Amino acid sequence: MKPSTYYAVALLSVISLPALSASSVPVELPEYKEGQYVHQAPTLDDLMNDQSLNPNLREVILKGRDLFMNTQQKRGEYVFNDMNCKSCHLGEGRMNWSGPVWPAATTLPDFRGKNQHVNSLEERIAGCFSFSMNGKPPEYGSDDMLALVAYHQWLAKGAKVYETNIGGRGFGHLGREPEQPADYERGAQVYADNCAVCHGADGLGQKQDGKVVFPPLWGDHSYNWGAGMARVFTAASFIKNNMPLGKPGSLTDQQAWDVALFVNSHERPQDPRYTGDAKETREKYSNFHKWTRYGTEFNGQILGQHDNTGDKPFLKPDVLRPRTFE
Amino acid sequence: MTIIRRSGAVAALLLTTGLVQAAGDADRGATIVMQGDGQGGAPCLACHGTDGAGNDAAGFPRLAGLDAGYLAAQLRDYRDGRRNSPVMAPNAAHLSDQQIADVAAYYALQTTRLMPAEQPADLLVRGEKLVKQGDWDNYIVPCESCHGTGAQGVGATFPALSGQHPTYLRQQLEAWKNGTRSNDPNQLMLAIAARLSDEQIQAVSAYLSQQPTQGSKP
Repeated sequence: MKPSTYYAVALLSVISLPALSASSVPVELPEYKEGQYVHQAPTLDDLMNDQSLNPNLREVILKGRDLFMNTQQKRGEYVFNDMNCKSCHLGEGRMNWSGPVWPAATTLPDFRGKNQHVNSLEERIAGCFSFSMNGKPPEYGSDDMLALVAYHQWLAKGAKVYETNIGGRGFGHLGREPEQPADYERGAQVYADNCAVCHGADGLGQKQDGKVVFPPLWGDHSYNWGAGMARVFTAASFIKNNMPLGKPGSLTDQQAWDVALFVNSHERPQDPRYTGDAKETREKYSNFHKWTRYGTEFNGQILGQHDNTGDKPFLKPDVLRPRTFE
Repeated sequence: MTIIRRSGAVAALLLTTGLVQAAGDADRGATIVMQGDGQGGAPCLACHGTDGAGNDAAGFPRLAGLDAGYLAAQLRDYRDGRRNSPVMAPNAAHLSDQQIADVAAYYALQTTRLMPAEQPADLLVRGEKLVKQGDWDNYIVPCESCHGTGAQGVGATFPALSGQHPTYLRQQLEAWKNGTRSNDPNQLMLAIAARLSDEQIQAVSAYLSQQPTQGSKP
């Protein structure tokens, strides 16, 4: 936020005259880098108004969208925590800087560092279910998986296939590490000042009539230790460009780093790739876990050294397996 | 906050707000609602009714069934000058925290029969879209993302909007937009309200006023 805006708002709360000039909260998103490919994903209206679309296909895309927006309808089947796809992929999965999902449809199949083999779009979606949703993905080739794939592909309509230099993709624009090391105590303060009003001082989120409104950021019903969001850099960029909701860019980079470290220093369900020893698991998947606090000591405990899989009655879904193409 | 007279769902909901305030007594609250606070504050019923129905034409909000923690916070804000209303300021001026909690407890327990005025169908369609989908390309997030499914309210901070009078809803959104209301936490409501067009404000207010809500008689 610009200092001038701070000043205007501070004035309002003190002198409180009617009909003062309007104030506002800026939307501060990063600039696209020169040469980056920028795609604006189509809207629901576009989908409904596209006469060229086979009505059956439209139905399937809408089913995929419904699964994406309300993934909790599959609680206990595909999802064992309080997350929906839209919890991290804000704005229906179509917003740049909010983890738009269409690049998965234009860049996959491709090699992924996380599991060291060439992944399909279905496999990428299965990754989200296995880690971020602490769940068991829909079967490959199933109706639900096809519907999700169809929604991804629809959002990619008109986008360039195999283009990888994409503006606003993923959560990584702050880089891998902050200039000044992230600090837990400062992060706790940022959290209390900016996040607790929605996600709760205990980080467990808030529900209304049993339905999740504000998702938990740690604990049994949040993303597990293998989720991309458990990496401090991913959370930092997500927070910077998406949180607090409606105020992207309002935290400083350092605040985003600090609060990301704070959030990701809390316990959460076990990484499905757990070997029985968190330090060993950290080593085995060091290309991923070097960015998390998993398997490191914090407050006298080794983070992630436990058998807690949250509400999920198993550790590892069967779909998490290496491919060799042999 | 806890409510003395009836426990159950309402008290359980309030406990989740995490705010520790004076416990409200709805019976004592009823006395203030009927007779005023004895220090110049008007009886609440004069504008809001004994059942908290409010009045759309006059812009008096429905209070029936709203979260007691939210009601109490608003009354304290009127009293302490964080929320401005020439009508409410003198009426809240002499209320103690305890009296505020009592009045809030009273209205949180009321139910009223809602008979919202009819609204143009196209306005309702646009309103529903904003409530459920938002307008992300203008960074207007769906109302439901903070006020909950059906905009039924979440805790003491995010009030129920469903079944609220459209005039009041419109006036409040305009108040944020023009800077006369600013008692939202962290400018969360300002951020959205300032991006809403006048037409969008009309549409969400119309749609929300038609929605079923806690606090309405079946």
